[in-house]
Amino acid sequence: MKPILASGPWPRLQRAWDVRAACNFMGGGAGAGLIMASFVGALVGQTWLASACLGLALVGFGLTMVFFEIGRPWRSLNVFLHPQTSWMTREGVVAVPLFGSGAIALAAGWLGWREAAIAALALTSLLAVGFLYCQARILRAAKGIPTWRNPALTPYILITGLTEGTGLFAAFHPSAAAVVLALLILRFIAWRRYRRALGQSGAPEASLDVLDRLARWLLIGGHALPGLLLGAALLLPQWPALAVFGGLLAAFFGLYAKLVLITRAARTQGFAIPRTPVRGRGSSRQAASRPGWASR
Amino acid sequence: MTRYVMVADLRRCVGCQTCTAACKLANGTPPGVMWRKVVDIEVGEYPDVQRVFVPTGCQHCDEPPCVSVCPSTASEKREDGFVTIDYDICIGCGYCITACPYEARHKVDAPIWAYGEQPMRHEQARFDERKLGVAQKCTFCVDTVDAGLAKGLKPGVDPDATPACVNACIGRAMAFGDLDDPDSNVSRLLRENKHFRMHEDIGTGPGFYYLWDKEELPL
Repeated sequence: MKPILASGPWPRLQRAWDVRAACNFMGGGAGAGLIMASFVGALVGQTWLASACLGLALVGFGLTMVFFEIGRPWRSLNVFLHPQTSWMTREGVVAVPLFGSGAIALAAGWLGWREAAIAALALTSLLAVGFLYCQARILRAAKGIPTWRNPALTPYILITGLTEGTGLFAAFHPSAAAVVLALLILRFIAWRRYRRALGQSGAPEASLDVLDRLARWLLIGGHALPGLLLGAALLLPQWPALAVFGGLLAAFFGLYAKLVLITRAARTQGFAIPRTPVRGRGSSRQAASRPGWASR
Repeated sequence: MTRYVMVADLRRCVGCQTCTAACKLANGTPPGVMWRKVVDIEVGEYPDVQRVFVPTGCQHCDEPPCVSVCPSTASEKREDGFVTIDYDICIGCGYCITACPYEARHKVDAPIWAYGEQPMRHEQARFDERKLGVAQKCTFCVDTVDAGLAKGLKPGVDPDATPACVNACIGRAMAFGDLDDPDSNVSRLLRENKHFRMHEDIGTGPGFYYLWDKEELPL
């Protein structure tokens, strides 16, 4: 059913958060994942300075974009006032030491102080886990957006952040192909689980349409193709470009999916009544379902 | 304790939007921003269709998701049920807008006037720069209620202590009062009528009740 009346009950596309907010989830997720991948890489003796630096830059880019999104940016320090319940405050609280310890890790690494650098990077990596978790919970707490508040989105956001970060790390170190491939499989499972959960709970039909179109791209470009490239890279280690392209594709489509989730698949709850009123000698009837919703 | 709530009788609402207009007049909201609005819902299939007008807005929930997500503590819940916004603290992140299942919150970044680039006199008089770039929503006319209480008036009974939408309703479809007072108008209405709240399954405990039929009272 298409909306006819401006004051109708159908779910509307949310306009509070645009591409700038989406950049926070894109940069923050991929950046946090890249920091974690850099730490694991450092433990097995791979170079990590450039990748960890890029990870911090991505997180910083996302937060900078949020600064441009908020209505009163010069009050942005007020974001720290509500750690009791707000995941946005918690994200900010984690971000400060994340950059602090990240800067120490980079400086120590630059100076060649390996033990100190690894210790600081371990702390940064731990904070990156927290940062990513906060981002996932930010979406879940947005009760006005059915596609965000679904609990199955939380593991997807966590796993896609790890996948994107590790995919980017594979561009630095193609030997990470096996890890990216494993994460890709997990991300695919998490996505299917999320989509199935939406189908069971019901969601705005227009959101499901957008997600189903996205799912086709995500399946081919975000999972099948990079999976093939990464699998080939494992068989043909003499061709590192396969792992590089596979990792970059996995990261790109993960980022694109988050952009769509935030800006195009996010419809409001809409309005619904369980019963119609009894007027005159008429009778009430049970309203069949939420207008503009579907379960499929 | 006191818990102020709104009650809308769906049998009486004719969808005239007088409450919407009264709210805009009382609160000086810009074009496109309606703290109180009446949603038009069609139920059924042709030719068996019913049309229902549903006044809505901020539901001043028991567990307001807008308050728990707010990173700045600008959104707060008072003990008497009002959910308020401190315009001087709000950073305008829009998180509360996405958290509200009732589409009750708005954010306006720049002044908008009804006709062109110049405000009309009443728009200029009511313009409040503090509301730019921050969240705004229905207040249940908390300033009017507080001022009325200070004068010893009874909210929901005395017009000078009652929200503008309730005062303006031509069909007496809307009522406001203290749910914790068993003798209040809203308590009586809820006792005598069948009612529901919107999106109760989300668990926000909205403070906005809809009447749809009279209660079958024991003989």
